[in-house]
Amino acid sequence: MNTEKQHGGGVIFFSFIVALMLTAMPLPEWAINWRPAWVAMVLIYWCMALPHRVGIGVGWLLGIFLDVLQGTLLGQNAIGLAILAFLTLKSHQRVRMYPLVQQALVICLFVVVYQLLSLWVRGIMGIPPRSWTYWMPAFTSMVLWPWLFIILRDLRRRYHVS
Amino acid sequence: MTVDHRHSHLESVRSALSVLVYPLQYLVNTPFMVTRWAKDSFVTHESLLSENERLRKEQLLLSSKLQKYEILETENERLRRLLESSFKLGDKVVIAELLAVNMQPFRHTVVINKGKREGAYDGQPIVDANGIMGQIVHVGPFSSTVLLITDPTHAIPVQINRNGLRAIAVGTGLSQSLQLEYLPNNADIEKGDLIVSSGLGSRFPPGYPVGVVIDIMLDPAEPFAKVKVAPSAKLEQIREVLLVWPNDYVRIGFYSSDYAVNQ
Repeated sequence: MNTEKQHGGGVIFFSFIVALMLTAMPLPEWAINWRPAWVAMVLIYWCMALPHRVGIGVGWLLGIFLDVLQGTLLGQNAIGLAILAFLTLKSHQRVRMYPLVQQALVICLFVVVYQLLSLWVRGIMGIPPRSWTYWMPAFTSMVLWPWLFIILRDLRRRYHVS
Repeated sequence: MTVDHRHSHLESVRSALSVLVYPLQYLVNTPFMVTRWAKDSFVTHESLLSENERLRKEQLLLSSKLQKYEILETENERLRRLLESSFKLGDKVVIAELLAVNMQPFRHTVVINKGKREGAYDGQPIVDANGIMGQIVHVGPFSSTVLLITDPTHAIPVQINRNGLRAIAVGTGLSQSLQLEYLPNNADIEKGDLIVSSGLGSRFPPGYPVGVVIDIMLDPAEPFAKVKVAPSAKLEQIREVLLVWPNDYVRIGFYSSDYAVNQ
């Protein structure tokens, strides 16, 4: 492997930090359930752009951090994000070629899978969410995906992350 | 995941990781701290004066009330000594501040800026100026997570202040209501009754207000009455909370749960 081409890890790290912060950022009561799955989206982007650098392990680690940050069961987000990373790695060559709108639809599907896993864990624990707004993050993630994609792509090109 | 859910072995891992997460939470909190600081430092002289005036009056009022309470407390203690039952009023408290951080949706948890360093412990009761807020569920070195009483997984033993009727107040997941479970249809309860903590279960100190009954639904077809309680604590507005060390705290809950795990 050509290790000399691996640089810009700081940018990846920074984007994950920002995603975690956006997840913890306080929002008004009505907007809380509409918060996009920032961490999942950023993870999907990096898995798609740099599948040799960001993968299942990173997804799992990120999930553990998210669990501690949000106070969920340790592993609840970790398993979701790891499987999300796996799905993205499996399909990254195809999804990369899609136009942005179609990509957004696929992202919506991925986030639904991620939330479904989380829902199962919560169901087993006996604390299922009380309303359908649980699924809103999938929708908002889909809507915001093109912007996030463009921002992260420009960041990646600007700092030659590879 | 099962290990985390059923046992407490992973609590140390979580507490260690929370040190890494704390800077993030602190960063997220910073803009809110700055705006608050700015708001505080750009107030006018007049508003400060009027606030000072108001606080002075409040202080006068409260201290006069306190005098009365002190007399009552000594009287109460004397009477209890006559009855040979021990009862202690007054607990050690420390003020903590909420971090402006959102936790997972559909749960009612908040983060406070006091942790193991200040002596916070798992299961510690948290109150605000108006009543019981919740209890600590995860302790980190610098911060802790508090489960509010309105969370659907939270229950607190209570009694009705008027007649001492015991009940359990369970969170509903809605931020403005609790529910009293297993009260029969003919229970002596009225709208407007104050609900206070009963201290059974030795987790919450007795005698702190929990809420006020706002609605009673009697359905003859149901075995139990549906009693709605509005929490006294301002769960969505406050910034400062109090950590309470109950005076007769002997870590009963702590040891018994450890014991149960080891068996």
